[in-house]
Amino acid sequence: MSEKAISARGDLKLSNVTKSYGDFTAVNDLSLVIPEGSFFALLGPSGCGKTTTLRMIAGLEEPTKGSISLGATDITDTKPYQRPINTVFQNYALFPHLTIFENIAFGLRRRGIKDVDSAVNKALDLVELPHLAQRKPTQLSGGQQQRIALARAIVNRPALLLLDEPLGALDLKLRRQMQIELKWIQKEVGLTFVHVTHDQEEAMTMADTIAVMNEGEIEQMGSPADLYDNPETAFVANFLGQSNLIKGTVTGNDGANQVIDLFGQKISLQKNRSHAVDNSIYAGIRPEKFRISRLETATSGNVLTGGKVEDVSYIGVSTQYQVMMPWGQELMVFEQNDDGVAPFSVGESVNISWEPIFTFGLRGDEDAEAGTEVNPDEDLDEE
Amino acid sequence: MKKISTPYLLLIPGMGFLFTFFLLPLFNLAQTSTQTPVGGGDTGQYEQTFRFQNYIDAFIENKEQFGRSFLYATIATVLALAIAYPLAYAIAFKGGKLKNLMLVLVVAPFFTSFLLRTIAWKQILGEEGFVVPTLRTFGIISESTTLTSSAFAVVAGMTYNFLPFMTLPLYASIDRIDPRTLEASGDLYANGFTTFRKVTLPLSMPGVVAGTLLTFIPAAGDYVNAAILGSPQTKMLGNVIESRYFKIVDYPTAAALSFTLMAAILILVTVYVRKAGTEELV
Repeated sequence: MSEKAISARGDLKLSNVTKSYGDFTAVNDLSLVIPEGSFFALLGPSGCGKTTTLRMIAGLEEPTKGSISLGATDITDTKPYQRPINTVFQNYALFPHLTIFENIAFGLRRRGIKDVDSAVNKALDLVELPHLAQRKPTQLSGGQQQRIALARAIVNRPALLLLDEPLGALDLKLRRQMQIELKWIQKEVGLTFVHVTHDQEEAMTMADTIAVMNEGEIEQMGSPADLYDNPETAFVANFLGQSNLIKGTVTGNDGANQVIDLFGQKISLQKNRSHAVDNSIYAGIRPEKFRISRLETATSGNVLTGGKVEDVSYIGVSTQYQVMMPWGQELMVFEQNDDGVAPFSVGESVNISWEPIFTFGLRGDEDAEAGTEVNPDEDLDEE
Repeated sequence: MKKISTPYLLLIPGMGFLFTFFLLPLFNLAQTSTQTPVGGGDTGQYEQTFRFQNYIDAFIENKEQFGRSFLYATIATVLALAIAYPLAYAIAFKGGKLKNLMLVLVVAPFFTSFLLRTIAWKQILGEEGFVVPTLRTFGIISESTTLTSSAFAVVAGMTYNFLPFMTLPLYASIDRIDPRTLEASGDLYANGFTTFRKVTLPLSMPGVVAGTLLTFIPAAGDYVNAAILGSPQTKMLGNVIESRYFKIVDYPTAAALSFTLMAAILILVTVYVRKAGTEELV
């Protein structure tokens, strides 16, 4: 194999990539295109194969099957140091024996770049830490180390920048701030970012395109709004935000809509938002799309009657209700506290309504609980 | 009465021991080193005359053994480092579940006496061992060449005997290296060799320094390997001191040589530690 560095640019393409460890398949026949210049997120619970995918792109793991190419160049069999790809590691992996300056200069020096000083200083300015150049990594806070790890990768102007849960070790406030900064930096430098995270809010805040991964496969890929408003699987519906999934049957058509029977009550669903394959269907509605109303109040759109308030939580911007339906299912309703209507109380009989365009349809044979049992704050190091 | 703080109390046994069994004998040795024989007295009778010329005489008389001690110790240290580094690296990074077992194997020779192991080397390298016939078969050594009673045997014995002292500190410092920093180095355009030179080796320097000191210092003063595996032509300073003290009962020369050896080692070690620059390491 040649030791030559690769200078390819362009879209990153994974074709039928599989990674197995003995009997365990971490990534299963994954195909994916990451367009040049995009901010792409691989989102999923720990163990879903997202970090393995990232490591294969970096060259730190070898695919069992399939190929990876950058632009027109196949990079599947190249070593990490040959790839124009840099990584921001989960716990930063800064070199403890080198100063911050030398940490950032490391990649430049290996490639024999001439003007190391000005490039490093520019990178330090970008992450707003020029005064720390002569410190050692252990003298820096977690947030500062995170920025240095970013600067160390960005300074090389890679075709692809990989971020492996880069904000996982930071506290919530710093994480939010870094999310905004990362997004700004990505626009500023114009590089392709591939971000691996288990935090759906982080992925939605930052990425143009999100691929939701589960058990080594991509469940769905699209813009944050696509994924949230029109999830195609129960896993995506539950992993990105919360969803009410109600079992039903497709009974007929009404123009561009399907008519769905939910335990004897008819609602409508836009055909192009239905991912059911037969008459068996789950009707999905996000909790904040629901309107809750007293029985005598007029309602429009899709209406479900016979609800009874089981629980009320007032959380400031909204009030969250658990409403028990006649068929024994509890629905979640998030109501903005903006209409001056006094909150409903436990035991009240209510109707629930929503605009038909917010309904999405999932296959009736899916596990309605998929993606709910995942705790977003689980230990990062498991993977 | 003011209470004496606990840390100082805890120091007492150790300090007491060192004072009684190290500082006092050392002082005694210093006194002996400048003595001269009592005129007309028996063998082994000496009186204090503060004759510092003893040092110069002793050194000139034994400069050959002096040089040999440091030469053998240096070669043994370098060889031990060359063997122990890959070993420690493999245990630390590739040991997996066998890590602890492998470490036990590294120290396993200590379950047998130092002398016994050295005598075993005499057999291994002897005519009846497997090494000599094998080397002869392949024509690497001639029919008349023997390996025992040679510099080769002494250095081999020392390398073997001090190998665990090199391996353990190396292992301890290599094991502390976060493997992700090595991945980061590869990710930042460094190939395997550059990663070793720029990341692994600098990060393992505390182990290299500790291991080479733990090997070199006892090796420079060693006399067992030279006594068992060597010949009169491979005598080291330790052997000279031993024979001066126990056979010739020339206490002043033995004491002067001991002090000179100690001073030489101290100077060398100081220079080495300064050069290796361990204070800059984390």
